[in-house]
Amino acid sequence: MSFRTILGALAGVTALALTAGTAGAQEKLKIGFIYVGPVGDYGWSHQHDVGRKAVEKAFGDKVETTYVESVPEADSERAIEQLARTGHKLVFTTSFGFMEPTLKVAKKYPNVKFEHATGFKRAPNLSTYAAKFHEGRYIIGQIAGKMSKTGTIGYVGAFPIPEVVAGINSYFLGAQSVNPNIKIKVVWANSWYDPAKEADAAKALLDQGVDIIAQHTDSPAPLQAAEARGKFGFGQASDMEQFAPKAQLTAIVDNWSDYYVARTKAVLDGTWKSEDTWGGLAAHMVVMSPYKNMPDDVKKMAEETEAAIKSGKTNPFKCPVLKQDGTEVECKGNGALSDEQILGMNFYVKGIDDKLPQ
Amino acid sequence: MRFELTPRASVAPAMRALAPVLAFITAFLIAGLVIWLLGRSPVAAFQVYVIQPLSDPWSIQELLVKATPLALIAIGLSYCFRANLWNIGAEGQYVIGAVLGGWLALRTHGTEAGAWVLPAMLVLGILGGALYGLIPAFLKTRFGVNEILTSLMLVYVAQLILDYLVRGPWRDPKGFNFPQSVTFDPAATLPTLGEASRVHYGTVFAVLAVLVTALVLGRTLFGYRLRLTGDAPRAARFAGFSAKNTTLAVFAISGGLAGLAGISEVSGQIGQLQPSISPGYGFTAITVAFLGRLNPLGILVAALVVALTFIGGESAQILLKLPLDLTQAFQGILLLCVLSADALVSYRIRIVSRGGRK
Repeated sequence: MSFRTILGALAGVTALALTAGTAGAQEKLKIGFIYVGPVGDYGWSHQHDVGRKAVEKAFGDKVETTYVESVPEADSERAIEQLARTGHKLVFTTSFGFMEPTLKVAKKYPNVKFEHATGFKRAPNLSTYAAKFHEGRYIIGQIAGKMSKTGTIGYVGAFPIPEVVAGINSYFLGAQSVNPNIKIKVVWANSWYDPAKEADAAKALLDQGVDIIAQHTDSPAPLQAAEARGKFGFGQASDMEQFAPKAQLTAIVDNWSDYYVARTKAVLDGTWKSEDTWGGLAAHMVVMSPYKNMPDDVKKMAEETEAAIKSGKTNPFKCPVLKQDGTEVECKGNGALSDEQILGMNFYVKGIDDKLPQ
Repeated sequence: MRFELTPRASVAPAMRALAPVLAFITAFLIAGLVIWLLGRSPVAAFQVYVIQPLSDPWSIQELLVKATPLALIAIGLSYCFRANLWNIGAEGQYVIGAVLGGWLALRTHGTEAGAWVLPAMLVLGILGGALYGLIPAFLKTRFGVNEILTSLMLVYVAQLILDYLVRGPWRDPKGFNFPQSVTFDPAATLPTLGEASRVHYGTVFAVLAVLVTALVLGRTLFGYRLRLTGDAPRAARFAGFSAKNTTLAVFAISGGLAGLAGISEVSGQIGQLQPSISPGYGFTAITVAFLGRLNPLGILVAALVVALTFIGGESAQILLKLPLDLTQAFQGILLLCVLSADALVSYRIRIVSRGGRK
């Protein structure tokens, strides 16, 4: 912990003590949330809103929460500042594109705590947090490898940023571990939330002989496309079973509730400090929804892999990891790639017959 | 029974001036009714939507920040629209202006380049937008290609160029492979009009553009030529005005101003290049131009009004917990009321009973 961090934490605690002293104990902690999509996307933003509701439920009268939805990333500074200046003392900005605006507002409002999801820039009053979705991707990759009849699986990606690329690699490594001859096709939607485009991308994949669809976009549209064709897919961010009861094999659910409750508690207790959190299956930040629509042996395999990742016995990126050209990636972690290597991943692994947009 | 619109013989100037005011009142009454039906207080909503943003210095600044690109682009578009030329691609011209100007910012990043950088960036921004605007103009004058289609399609080309650059060659090498450039040096940042303010010099450019345009349209031969080309193309031809030159000129002006808006926004507000640098300003500006009836001062007012609906909408979410959908519905109601008021001033509704006409 640097000297500045300590100073910042001290300043925060003092400020909190001061407000508590002047305004009385019944003063509510106001917490703000900035969403990149609509709360009704039933994916990314929806899950953050589930977390917000969990905070309300856990602390009742002690907190008051506010959200602003569908905030364009290039024009988000005003909305973030508006939350800070209307008495919100803890503000969650829940998309990568909010990074610079959050940093700017955080510098201007040193007494407000900020939490930015999936970014890498921190400040004494700005924490970052993200989830190891790639752990879930490895499990669904194994399921896809077992369930595919055509031997070709598909992936709808949003943008070729490291988080998404790591997800594709993990998914493919999982599939490869149960079916060495598996092939993958990737289509980029170039949007986080655009149901029409996402569905088109999924249909294009299905037309090319793909029979299992995975997605890293925010709406249930790709899964619904699989359902309509009698194929299989996976839910993304939230449990999407209601949209595709026959097609959803499982879903990688983002569980922000525990984290949001913990951070709120830290502010209430005065123990909040700036840090970086990256939790996975073991920390319950990533949760697999029930395994369905698959034979018992596949289900058993998935459950075993899930347990092995939780206990640390298995790592999706255990060394050696080979790049597309067959060269080995330097192993900077403990028997696996390091967090930094995964967070900055900009290559496909061996066997993916596609070119990563650079 | 059916309705028919018949032109009024004469329209009192007072009525024409009063129409937008009446439209506003009607829009607020309708929106108030909806809010009341939702069980909320219409008075509180009006307070948050209109009174507060206009009475709080911070909100007024934000209003100017938001209105600046809208006004700059819309003023440019008014040249095209007056001449009956349909430039739908201001969004693309905005992006190319930002790209060309941003190129210099990145090129001089980390060097001791002096005060010439910023003016040169602005000139490049104008140049980029103007040249990009000239493409559809050239295609129209040379080959008779419909400018609506070409200018619109070029928006996507511009966005993809920006996308390619920030993901590839212009990516911040220390940015964990995330798609964004480095943040601009102070020498490449458009200064703000005050120490803690977010209002940048772009606002001054917008006001200048309005004043110059008012002069050009009212007092110069070029302005007369524009109006004549739009209102009576045949008469314009008889007067010896070249439609070709007019087309090239208005597209260059329109593109140049959109480019200026783009580089101002990137260097004054966002501070770096990223995949998305506009929440659709180029398209919203079309609405602004028509709300302002293509009149320079009208456009300035319209830009502020449209900015107000955005900011009021955010405040309504934060302070009243009203959903975003309501804000969007309100924007729609407002536009509909203004346009209907405009139509009803010039036309009267006649009810024609069935069979009443032979």
